[in-house]
Amino acid sequence: MTTYETVFGSIDNYVKGGVEVIDDDPRNYVFSNMFEVAAKSAPYERVAVAKNFEYVIEAARAEGTSPWYACAHDEFAVSLDGEVEVHLVKLNDPDGIVDPESEGAHKLDDLPDGTKMGRIVLGKGHMAMLPQGSAYRFHADSPATLMIQTIDGPVTVHKWAEICQTAA
Amino acid sequence: MAMLDSATEHTIANPNNLPLETDFALNPADNQTGYRSFKAGSFEFRRDEYFAHITYPKGSHMLPADVFLRALMRDVAWGFFYGTVNFDPVFGTTNYYGEVEMFVGSTNEAYRAAGRDHIERFKSDELMRIFKEMIGDWTNDGYDPFAAPMETGEPWGSKNGNNDDAVGRKRVTAKRMVSLPGDTPVRTDENGFPVNRMFSDVPQDEPVVEAEPGFEHEVGGFNLFAYLSRSDVTWNPSVCSVVRESLFCPTSEEFILPVEHGNDRVEWFVQLSDEITWQVKDKDTGRPRANVRCKAGDVSCMPADIRHQGFSSKRSMLLVWENGSPKIPDLVRKGEAPVVPVTF
Repeated sequence: MTTYETVFGSIDNYVKGGVEVIDDDPRNYVFSNMFEVAAKSAPYERVAVAKNFEYVIEAARAEGTSPWYACAHDEFAVSLDGEVEVHLVKLNDPDGIVDPESEGAHKLDDLPDGTKMGRIVLGKGHMAMLPQGSAYRFHADSPATLMIQTIDGPVTVHKWAEICQTAA
Repeated sequence: MAMLDSATEHTIANPNNLPLETDFALNPADNQTGYRSFKAGSFEFRRDEYFAHITYPKGSHMLPADVFLRALMRDVAWGFFYGTVNFDPVFGTTNYYGEVEMFVGSTNEAYRAAGRDHIERFKSDELMRIFKEMIGDWTNDGYDPFAAPMETGEPWGSKNGNNDDAVGRKRVTAKRMVSLPGDTPVRTDENGFPVNRMFSDVPQDEPVVEAEPGFEHEVGGFNLFAYLSRSDVTWNPSVCSVVRESLFCPTSEEFILPVEHGNDRVEWFVQLSDEITWQVKDKDTGRPRANVRCKAGDVSCMPADIRHQGFSSKRSMLLVWENGSPKIPDLVRKGEAPVVPVTF
């Protein structure tokens, strides 16, 4: 019986593919790699790697403890390789902390008043919800790669020319 | 597949100014093969032991039965999807979200140059009814058009039963996130989703979730990789998490995407494991434009002016990321939807 090996990547062990152009501009494919972006970014720099109108997917290097964030809508985080803790607090006044009409995550200077909701410890491939109306922060003892489903907002970093394939 | 119900709240585009066809027929089973034949507008469909045959006013076309059934299955399951579903380089459908065009040769420059192209237009629900009857009748017992070729029976031969359970699968659409109370459950042996043979090495652990009392419905997580390792279908994305109209639609892929998907909007792929090669062609002509080789962690968009088809030697995990906003069909109709999502 054939045995199969499933190939995942990690922040310190990944192999990129690429765009082999026939008659096109490689920039049209906005091609990057989550692990490479995380490996080359500062901790918790939330770099957009995909954008579709107002929506984005961010890649972030999880390392140490992040700032607290809050958001007017749900977000979702996936650890693509290592262990990442997610700490959640229900805000007493979420609309006073983040404009309910705003989009994307907002970095908070400090943890506002609220009630502890709980903790999630993500391993490789695990997804967690970052619910609307809460504040959250991440913690990782060792560098790991986070993929975050969210909307383009004040903490989203755009550096497409730096992360994407530009040459054929 | 990952289309929001609100996607029909818009003005329906009709760029070819075609009337709606209303003539449909489900014909009795053929005495020789046992298969029923079908008619939609002036298109006629019949199958024999090896092939699906399509006749239309300017000629005829044929596809191998397996190719046709795998493509038809996706067109049905995805509700005609976003944009164009090319069953092969000749035949397909284009979705206008409430109405749909069916064509021969309209996305093939040689057919168009020869005047062999032909398009007719239908109400989506009426053509879907014919397509569902067709996939039900033409799929034999033991053959699953959602499955990878090595994991299912043969599509060939004369009529031999059916596989309604397989072709009638309901798409999975989480409302907020898989695993939350009241939402789509995780996959387990017990609920009929064993780990696929090519993912037997994928860890099945779950995240540690410590919810304070009263927050159990909001403090949640699940193992996405384990969830995908237990998918019983290929090339059939399902919604796992939702940020307004932003839909994470991961899927497991093996062998070949059964259609060449012609985008009417930008679509994104995040390769989560293993490798897929995408052959990208011009949407209108079919001329090759690029090969995009995606390995674990790679992110790539498909522009809105291309068609693409994926090839996955080993079963792999792919995150398809869709924007299901109901405003997009209008932007597409007005030519205002961006062809590429970012410029730099």
